[in-house]
Amino acid sequence: MEAASSRHPIWKDHSPSRAPTEAGGLKVSASKLTLQTALLAVCLAAAGRAEATNASDPALHAKIQYCTDCHQPSGQGYLGATPIPRLAGQQSEYFKNQLQAFIDRRRVNFFMFKVAHSLSPEMLTALADHFKDLNPKPLGGAPAELVEAGKKIFAEGVPAANVPSCSTCHGPEAKGNGQFPRLAGQLYPYIIKVLTNWDKERGQGGPEHPDTSAIMKPIAHNLNESQIEAVAAYLSDLE
Amino acid sequence: MKLIKAGIAIFAVVAPCVASSASEVGLASKGEHFASRNCSWCHGPSLQGFSTAPRLAGQKREYIETQLLDFRAHTRDNPLSRQYMWGAAANHLSLETVHDLAVYLSTLSAVSAYDGDKALAASGRVIYREGIPAANIPSCVACHGPNAEGFGGIPRLGGLSYYYLKRRLAQWGEGYHAAATPPMPEVASKLSANDIEALASYLSLVR
Repeated sequence: MEAASSRHPIWKDHSPSRAPTEAGGLKVSASKLTLQTALLAVCLAAAGRAEATNASDPALHAKIQYCTDCHQPSGQGYLGATPIPRLAGQQSEYFKNQLQAFIDRRRVNFFMFKVAHSLSPEMLTALADHFKDLNPKPLGGAPAELVEAGKKIFAEGVPAANVPSCSTCHGPEAKGNGQFPRLAGQLYPYIIKVLTNWDKERGQGGPEHPDTSAIMKPIAHNLNESQIEAVAAYLSDLE
Repeated sequence: MKLIKAGIAIFAVVAPCVASSASEVGLASKGEHFASRNCSWCHGPSLQGFSTAPRLAGQKREYIETQLLDFRAHTRDNPLSRQYMWGAAANHLSLETVHDLAVYLSTLSAVSAYDGDKALAASGRVIYREGIPAANIPSCVACHGPNAEGFGGIPRLGGLSYYYLKRRLAQWGEGYHAAATPPMPEVASKLSANDIEALASYLSLVR
């Protein structure tokens, strides 16, 4: 509780007060920006969204607080009525790709569309860098008896179902690489939800806007329910 | 008020006896026995809430447990909690009784208070579902669920009384403590008075 009360002034100081920030933020930024980015800033301001145009400390601090309200201060993820994924240790390229996919509506998610739309490109990069460096323990809680089977699927795939080994792209320790996400320590119910609903949520930009989510589409489709649960259990326990 | 204080005084005497003597009956009925003798003084005879005391019926079991322990540890420290619940949940309230009570209360069906300002319900619903991204306020629905029904240790909010919801949401910003962990202190402290009125109105109208 003392920790909470000592943080209190920070929330106050760094919570953007809505109206003044919109006007002030735009004025300062316009002179510094390229034409393209300035146009974007104008669009954002016109839509009534306050946004810092560079990841200066107070704005970044407030935005990190906003992310971690749901994803937890450590980026560990959280089990609410909706499973809220781990961000800690995520590959920054993947992190930025996904936020952009929310903005472009190539990835459909009710919460994250609104959230991502309040982020400038600079803020997006700064947030990706922030979460990449966090390394809390996995949240845990998956059925331990599934871990062995999941480990085998991760390492070897399911040849009979034409599912390649996960480690080929996601790395032997599931830490990811560039645009391939880290999976280690991701929440058990979240992985299940993602693999089960892969092409309902991702790759929604139509044939003219393909993205990397197409790689996983047949793989997610070919895994059955118990295989999904097993691989989710293994990954959710992995540091 | 005198009556209420007398009730809590009686409770203080009765509580240990109830906890130890009722082991032969089921959990819910032990909780029922305890609740009818103690909680209903303030929370209403059917535990649907009364005046400033919130509805307990249908609240999430784990949440009731954490709150009773928070009262006992003096973690939840707003004025009415201090005045009534610190005494009510003092050390003689055993872990077993806390559990029995939570099991019983969580199984009761809840009646919506339905007492908020209907004109604010629509804007409250938008905040509940979407948060206010420009002000870094996250969505409530992600954790509390589509009908504000709660999840695990996350409380049910739908149909609590307007007054109670409004005070609870405001108290974090006033510096009172009501949750040992993030994110509610951070989230609620960023809400404006208008946001709080809208949210409390909407939530009180959820059936």
